[in-house]
Amino acid sequence: MLKMLFNNYYETVAVILFGIGFTTLLLHRNMIKKILGLNIMDTAVYLFLAAKGYIYGGVAPILVEGSKEVTYVNPIPSGLVLTGIVVSVSSSALMLALTIRLYKRYHTLDIDQMSMLAKKEEM
Amino acid sequence: MDLIQNFPFFCIIMCLASGVICSVLSGKTAKRVCLTLVTVLGIMNVCVLCYVLKTGESYTFMMGHFPAPWGNELRIGVLEALMAVFFCVIMLLSLVGGIKFVFEDIEDTKTNLYFVMINLMMSSLLALIYTNDLFNAYVFVEINTIAAFALIMIRNNGHSLVAAAKYIIMSALGSGLILMGLSMIYDLTGHLLMSNVKEQISLINANGNYAMPLTVVIGLICVGLAIKSSLFPFHSWLPDAYGYSTASSSAILSSLVSKSYIFLLIKIFYRVIGMDVMVDHKITNVLFAFAIIGMLMGSIRAINAHDIRRLIAFSSIAQIGYIYMGIGLGTQAGMIAAIFHIMSHAASKAMLFIAARGLSEVSGGSKDFSDLKGAGYRNKIAGVAFAVGALSMVGIPLLAGFTSKVYFAEAAVIASPKKMWIAMVTLAISTILNAIYFIRATISIYTPRNEHYAVPGYKCAKTMTVALVLFIILNFFLGIFSNSIVQAIETGLGMFA
Repeated sequence: MLKMLFNNYYETVAVILFGIGFTTLLLHRNMIKKILGLNIMDTAVYLFLAAKGYIYGGVAPILVEGSKEVTYVNPIPSGLVLTGIVVSVSSSALMLALTIRLYKRYHTLDIDQMSMLAKKEEM
Repeated sequence: MDLIQNFPFFCIIMCLASGVICSVLSGKTAKRVCLTLVTVLGIMNVCVLCYVLKTGESYTFMMGHFPAPWGNELRIGVLEALMAVFFCVIMLLSLVGGIKFVFEDIEDTKTNLYFVMINLMMSSLLALIYTNDLFNAYVFVEINTIAAFALIMIRNNGHSLVAAAKYIIMSALGSGLILMGLSMIYDLTGHLLMSNVKEQISLINANGNYAMPLTVVIGLICVGLAIKSSLFPFHSWLPDAYGYSTASSSAILSSLVSKSYIFLLIKIFYRVIGMDVMVDHKITNVLFAFAIIGMLMGSIRAINAHDIRRLIAFSSIAQIGYIYMGIGLGTQAGMIAAIFHIMSHAASKAMLFIAARGLSEVSGGSKDFSDLKGAGYRNKIAGVAFAVGALSMVGIPLLAGFTSKVYFAEAAVIASPKKMWIAMVTLAISTILNAIYFIRATISIYTPRNEHYAVPGYKCAKTMTVALVLFIILNFFLGIFSNSIVQAIETGLGMFA
């Protein structure tokens, strides 16, 4: 079991990072730390995809004259990583914009305090 | 290839294009463009539905003319077309019903952005229904999340901003899990198209390899989609998000957004992993257990609510529990009941949200039940609509909610005996709890008091009256003529395999 984890160390690290990001996003009260957690989580998935998609000794799937019997690396995982990066950039930008707006209104980054202040506002 | 076969693709592209166009128009023009677009989408999807019903078989639409393992595909069957038509109808009615409040609640310079987001939302809903590609589904899940987030926060008061923050945090967690699950599926099978993935997974399952990774994948995807559709333990964002956004947004969020994720989950059940594999891996039992707790907890929280919008929101949690209970039964009949309940809940809940806003409009803008007393007399049509919606949710015969409860009960009877008892008892208790708070709410809005809120010469906006009347008709239609719809769902599920 342990040997398997060491052999696939990219995947192991990716899953550990995913866990770190996930718990940060879920449990931290600070909005900025939450956004950092989101980015760690997404990056972990990209590491996983990129590591899984690579073949040792493989080259990019471009035909060059005279090249024969080389292993090509499937370009789709890299394409997926690029798409994923675009998606995660847009959602973290959105969250940052929201955090700025909330900070201007409540002068805090703590989500629990914000919801308390919002409740008080209603009274 | 017939022209009609292209329609689903045209629909998605038209939504995206009109989103771009709306961003430079004024609010009023954007509204017209958006409403016309949704109507056209409805008509086009009706054409697609008729086409698929006529030919009697599903078809795949290649995007970019690359054949199966390489290209991106849409897949159109009876169930997909039916859901698309239904989503268009609900979207149109929710928009028309709440259009007056959209212009009241949102700053004048930003109203066109609301319609941009509606367009993006519509495109992602249709894409989630029609897509045959897992990664495409992920991208549109994210677009859906971003559009829903904007619909919540566009009201721009403290509550809706905090609600939006809670929503985006939970949604981001959900999308992270889904993405991880999809990358693992791609790892295991080497495919992203649903039909190819299913072939490989049945091979893997037959060989007995990779049982553990497959369980992890199923868990990740199910939990991710459950978070996004607010199944019970992950519902913390829901009451605020539904309670403080503008009426149309709440209606759309509760009746379309969460349902589109559930529909995606059902697609993954049938077209990616395979129902038998899902049942083998016991995930249906887990969903069933959470659904049962959700049905009870949602109703209990709703009983304590003093705010009409939050009451409806908590009731949503219970109703989502019903849908997951149908899925959790793990049988064909349970799935049909779940899909029918997606429709009947959408029809009733959207109407309740619009009617609740109409009622609070004639009660000095308050959402508290003590102020809402007698609101049913001041705004007659909203009162009637609220009563109909409430009775439908409780499960009074002739209405949509009753029919879906009958189907749930029938499905539970033919499921395994243990699940039958649990499902039946919970259905009964949950119905009583529903009755407690919905009947109390209805009685409260028909208690003649609080005359100082009376608005002499008040007339309900025409758009809202039309939408509510159509909603009431839709509820009765789903309740009385359910047979043909259930038959269509059954043929659609048959095409899934």
